[in-house]
Amino acid sequence: MSVLVNKDTRLVVQGITGSEGGFHTEQMVDYGTNVVAGVTPGKGGQKVLNDIPVFNTVKEAVDERQANTSVIFVPPPFAADAILEAADAGIKVIICITEGIPVGDMVKVKAVLNQKEDVTLIGPNCPGVITPGEAKVGIMPGFIHKKGTVGVISRSGTLTYEAVHQLVEQGLGQSTAIGIGGDPIIGTKHIDAVKLLNKDPETEAIVLIGEIGGNAEEEAAAYIKDNVKKPVIAFIAGQTAPPGRRMGHAGAIIAGGKGTAEAKMEALEAAGIYVVKSPADIGKKVKEVLR
Amino acid sequence: MNIHEYQAKEILRKFGVAVPNGQVASSVEEAVAAAEKVGLPVVVKAQIHAGGRGKGGGVKFAKTADEVKQYADDILGMTLVTHQTGPEGKYVKKVWIEEASDIDRELYAGIVLDRETSKVTFMVSTEGGMEIEKVAEETPEKIVKVAIDPTVGLMPYQARQLAFALGLEGNAMKSGTKFFAALYKAYVALDAALFEINPLVVTKSGDVIALDAKVNFDENALFRHKDVLELRDFDEEEPTEVEASKYGLNYVKLDGNIGCMVNGAGLAMGTMDIIKLNGAEPANFLDVGGTASAETVEQGFRIIQSDKNVKAILINIFGGIVRCDRVARGVVEAVKNIGTDMPIVVRLQGTNAKEAREILEQSGMNILAAKELQEAAEKVVSTIK
Repeated sequence: MSVLVNKDTRLVVQGITGSEGGFHTEQMVDYGTNVVAGVTPGKGGQKVLNDIPVFNTVKEAVDERQANTSVIFVPPPFAADAILEAADAGIKVIICITEGIPVGDMVKVKAVLNQKEDVTLIGPNCPGVITPGEAKVGIMPGFIHKKGTVGVISRSGTLTYEAVHQLVEQGLGQSTAIGIGGDPIIGTKHIDAVKLLNKDPETEAIVLIGEIGGNAEEEAAAYIKDNVKKPVIAFIAGQTAPPGRRMGHAGAIIAGGKGTAEAKMEALEAAGIYVVKSPADIGKKVKEVLR
Repeated sequence: MNIHEYQAKEILRKFGVAVPNGQVASSVEEAVAAAEKVGLPVVVKAQIHAGGRGKGGGVKFAKTADEVKQYADDILGMTLVTHQTGPEGKYVKKVWIEEASDIDRELYAGIVLDRETSKVTFMVSTEGGMEIEKVAEETPEKIVKVAIDPTVGLMPYQARQLAFALGLEGNAMKSGTKFFAALYKAYVALDAALFEINPLVVTKSGDVIALDAKVNFDENALFRHKDVLELRDFDEEEPTEVEASKYGLNYVKLDGNIGCMVNGAGLAMGTMDIIKLNGAEPANFLDVGGTASAETVEQGFRIIQSDKNVKAILINIFGGIVRCDRVARGVVEAVKNIGTDMPIVVRLQGTNAKEAREILEQSGMNILAAKELQEAAEKVVSTIK
């Protein structure tokens, strides 16, 4: 087993004819992901990579190609619209890669998705989700991953790759690696991703990578303390960040003393989570804990 | 993106938010003329992007034209130091001349995004004039929050709830609910990221007005607010950060002496952290984006080097889909073009990482290659010890 994406994934790529969408579709297909359709309004009827049909709407991709998962590469001004179109068409797992969506748009998207409990949105502003050996839905380099039993949750793209790389160096594979995204409003928060991996029988340990800003890590810690028996290993990025400054991710701003790395690390430790101070120690710590 | 108080007040007025009359001035003569137009007495307020201006001597009450002249002369051209500017302070180019308000009560109103609920949230407090962070810490019960459903917006009952929480009555009640409705409308229409009205004032005649206004915009939404973009004051921003943003780089200057260049924000923060754990201080945060091309690497070098504190540079690129040998060639090329002899440690991981290290090691330049993160941090710290 695994979570969110696997060999039963039938993927539709929204924005497939754009340069990003086109490039990553090829990468995903090469990895073995079952890409069944693409959507670009106005370009319906075309084919991409020889045999992937392009539709005008997500609804057509669902009706004609039984798409059940979507990945979104459309530009920021149109991304909120793309997410809601996918949800309305009956897609259950929507993974939005797009970076730079206005917060005001996401406030509305969240309000609508809150009414649809069976729809899971991952991202936006995320690298995507990969279940090694089964499906890669997103922009992460597939080859660095290895099939295994460690679930990985992270707000950040390259930091996820770093953690995965360290796990593989230690001989540990991943069940599913979930990039939840760096924006202030995301579809799946740390706590939601923890719940998914906790239920997955194949996942033996969870790596939780957080960063400064908000209180999502604290929220996950409280849940883990009461509900998760699997070992959880965590790292919080931004221990050296000065307060009040935005560090790349819109969500990574420490406002008024809330959301500091220190406070997060304390909360995680208090919940019985193994917290590493150095990003170089993630793999080693997992190995040590699983021994 | 932040704007000045006078710009915030002018925008808010357009949305029907009550603000005192005033005029902006760049010279003493303009200030005196503005005071005459606005009507004495007035308040002379320094315009910089920082709070705490009053305590720093940047806000003065003037009863006569002579006083306006005196204060405008004092404030214009001064370097104003507040708890938010840092010790170097901010140079004052403009003053806002505002009619004096007949203050009965000082309150607080703010609008922010609550990340927990993913909703825009209104906050009010009777503790006006104080730092809201302090109120939240010491007397959280004095902050009343109302979360807004985006599908219907701020409802009249919610506006009343805010007004009741502040103890507004009679005319002030009417004026307050109107104020809150207008403020919310402005927040949504402008794609704001933060509104702070501190203090929010009730006048002796029962009018609710914004005595100060702090407005911050969502940078991701500026593409649909060209008029707002024009209000950006580059003088208020760190010049190197402005330069970096031109090239799509995300740079934040810090106080240490190890420059770093990383692809991805999370890894960039993690790299700063590991520098510190190895006993040195990072000079900056620099995210060159996912792809890290030769051009971006070269621009990154220029920006890092403009900081005179930098003694060594750590480049940490997790290549992923980008080929590391290509990045390595870019680094060598960039170092050649810039002609630096500063020690540079490069850690490249991903496709063709081995070839990349060979390219770096055989470059004949002061470049050290590293395979793992910890090794890279140790190497760069040792160059300055």
